[in-house]
Amino acid sequence: MIVLNNVEKRYGSLEVLKGVSFTVETGEVLSIIGPSGSGKSTILQCMNGLEPIQGGEIIVDGVSVHAKGTNLNTLRQKIGIVFQQFNTFPHLTAIQNAALGPRRVLGAPKKEAVERARVQLEKVGLGDKLDHYPSQLSGGQQQRLAIARALAMEPSYMLFDEVTSALDPGLVREVLETMKLLAEDGMTIVAVTHEMAFARDVSTRVAYFDAGNIVEIGPAREIFANPAHASTSAFLSHIQH
Amino acid sequence: MSPYFVELGPQSLWYLLEGAGRTLWLGIWAIALGTILGILLGCIRTYSRVGAILLAPLIDITRSVPLIIQIVLINSALGISGFFWGPFVVGVLVLGVYTASYTSEVVRSGLQAVPDVTKRAGRALGLTGLQNFVFIIAPIAGRIAFPGWINVVLGSLKDTSLVAVIGYVELLRASQIVITQTQEALIVLAVAGGIYFVMCFAISAVAKRVETMQR
Repeated sequence: MIVLNNVEKRYGSLEVLKGVSFTVETGEVLSIIGPSGSGKSTILQCMNGLEPIQGGEIIVDGVSVHAKGTNLNTLRQKIGIVFQQFNTFPHLTAIQNAALGPRRVLGAPKKEAVERARVQLEKVGLGDKLDHYPSQLSGGQQQRLAIARALAMEPSYMLFDEVTSALDPGLVREVLETMKLLAEDGMTIVAVTHEMAFARDVSTRVAYFDAGNIVEIGPAREIFANPAHASTSAFLSHIQH
Repeated sequence: MSPYFVELGPQSLWYLLEGAGRTLWLGIWAIALGTILGILLGCIRTYSRVGAILLAPLIDITRSVPLIIQIVLINSALGISGFFWGPFVVGVLVLGVYTASYTSEVVRSGLQAVPDVTKRAGRALGLTGLQNFVFIIAPIAGRIAFPGWINVVLGSLKDTSLVAVIGYVELLRASQIVITQTQEALIVLAVAGGIYFVMCFAISAVAKRVETMQR
């Protein structure tokens, strides 16, 4: 379970998160939607401690992420994250990309690390690209590789930060399919996304985020059918037409 | 042929080749020193603000003052201070530091060219800062910096000729001596130039192979 309690985040004088509170239950798929530049991605980067926070608290499985004594490297082992920009390691092949975490972070023997990597690469449909370098892969394949790399760590949570936003329209579907597969497997997912179909059909809950805070959060169908707030319905009608 | 001069012959070519050997020997040591020191300086200048400020004068001076002046000045300064290390050691030192300052620039630009998101991805996997540097940042930066470093190597190899001013008989100095003996400037310089070309061309060829290997 991930609990955000009144989280505040500033870049200089710019307030990005203004006391954000919500909970991610184990096994759920939470989509965070909202206008660009409203701070949605920042939430994810705070969840695994990549970004410091200025107020409040984030607790992952009982561990306070930003507390002084927290070992972030250990914590990050159970939180996989995939970014919007392609972020595979260009000097490593697909299998090396995915085996790096198990090998170096978990200290698995090489053979076992490679095996774990291969299983995940096959799961995301890259079983025939094991020895390809990222430069030989399409954008969609690179994002799936990034997903497999995170999965090879066998994380409890997966965070997706607008993973389809940098893709050609034709490549979006294969990545969404992979995410859907994960959701069906019971993975706990937090996805910042502009893909409304994914938010509506795959996620259990949807949070509408605007101007540094959660405006409303609830079951996906409810948010889409009867948004409680005027700004939510304005956003939804704008993005769906 | 005047009795004061020597006929151009195999012994002249042999003398040039000996000079080429000394060019290589000096070059290898200076480049090795310059590369190790340059990587170190490049990392310090990238990751430590204080280090960058402290090192700035060294980099500025070594890159802005002509190498030949540096060689003469350092050699004299060492001599005045009572250190008679000979032209080879002084040459390695001055050319090595000169190579290091250029290498540090190449290293720094390589490190800075590694995308932020790639570094973040490494940390997000749970790699420690050091692991992230060793397994992600350094290999990517190394590939970016490699062609620039080869440029520095080729430049330094040719700059070994400047160490002649303090009495090190390398290829260029050797060819001048042979010219004085034989008065055959054109042929001797052509041969010396050819030897430089072969040495540098071999290095570029190997570099090109390495580059395609690491893709």
